[in-house]
Amino acid sequence: MKQKLRRSMLFVPGSNTGMVCNAFIYKPDTVMFDLEDSVALSEKDSARMMVFHALQHFTYKDIETAVRVNPLNSPFGLLDLEAAIRAGVDIIRLPKTDTVDDVLEMEQEISHIENRIGRSKKTMLLAAIESALGVVNAVDIARCSKRMMGIALGAEDFVRDLRTQRTKEGSELMAARNQILLAARAAKIGAFDSVFSDVKDKEGFIHEVEYIKGLGFDGKSLINPTQIPWLHNAFAPSQKNINWAIEVLEAAKDAKARGLGVISLDGKMVDAPVILRAEWIIDLARASGVLGEEQ
Amino acid sequence: MSKKLETAHAGTLESSDAFVRVIPVAAKGIEIELESSVEELYGDAIRTLVLETAKAMKIEGVKLIVQDKGALDYVIKARVQTAILRALGEAEPDWSVL
Repeated sequence: MKQKLRRSMLFVPGSNTGMVCNAFIYKPDTVMFDLEDSVALSEKDSARMMVFHALQHFTYKDIETAVRVNPLNSPFGLLDLEAAIRAGVDIIRLPKTDTVDDVLEMEQEISHIENRIGRSKKTMLLAAIESALGVVNAVDIARCSKRMMGIALGAEDFVRDLRTQRTKEGSELMAARNQILLAARAAKIGAFDSVFSDVKDKEGFIHEVEYIKGLGFDGKSLINPTQIPWLHNAFAPSQKNINWAIEVLEAAKDAKARGLGVISLDGKMVDAPVILRAEWIIDLARASGVLGEEQ
Repeated sequence: MSKKLETAHAGTLESSDAFVRVIPVAAKGIEIELESSVEELYGDAIRTLVLETAKAMKIEGVKLIVQDKGALDYVIKARVQTAILRALGEAEPDWSVL
């Protein structure tokens, strides 16, 4: 199955009308409307209503959408969920996921709402892991639900839980990043890194993106649209990789036309995972604008 | 039977937003007062939108004061609905009429 590109997941506070109306312009891979931490208690209702309508607006029809809802044990969680699912959101971002039970409870509520409104099991789940307990349970969390499309690191709360603070080199996040990545890959779902808060530090941001890309992460949460082109450029494949991918896909096409089962390229065997990898590189190259659609 | 309303508001006066106030009045019906930077072009459309939105929520005996700062239709609708829900003291709306 072809994977969807999710390099950039842009957080948009549901209470910021200007951002809600304009976020699609910046073309992130996923727009993630936030009803949780960025929204004041007094504006939870107005942000929910704004996001309910934005999700249905034509400007968000061609872009993947997610909503970070409030926890179910708050007075807002269920209302957020109802609004988001009724409005047709693609993904619910589950905050502060510590255990499998957190996911199963959310999954049950999603199913109830979907059944009630007649929406077939479409809503996906993205679990944000923001504590030591969540990291320890990441393997089970990642594979406990068919709705799960990915797990994401929420670094700000995580470092508080570890009793440390974030640094530019990120050594405090090393264990969590590796664990989350392994858990996600073992469950064959996406892995997403945390936000980089210093929006003025382009160099530091790109350095972190190169690092998490090297680890194997699919993408990263963002808090500022200016970071989107930096991220997409950093994720763009090199010309050498693109050339290799084109050669692999041409060899595969040629072999298929000639009815050959085994493909060889420059003396190396090309099998299904290699072809998938080549397709992934071409998708990335097209999305990054370094390769045209017709090429 | 019309629902009981309190004075309430929602929204901001920032660009692309709208500030909506709901004030209960003695007269029946829905009165709308609009102040908009795009009054000349879209005044009638905005009034219709506000009126239809309020009617769908089955309220009357109310004055809606809308200060529009160039908001999209759905923003105005969301602000009107939030202000009315606050005026009604209802946390959960009837989603089917929104």
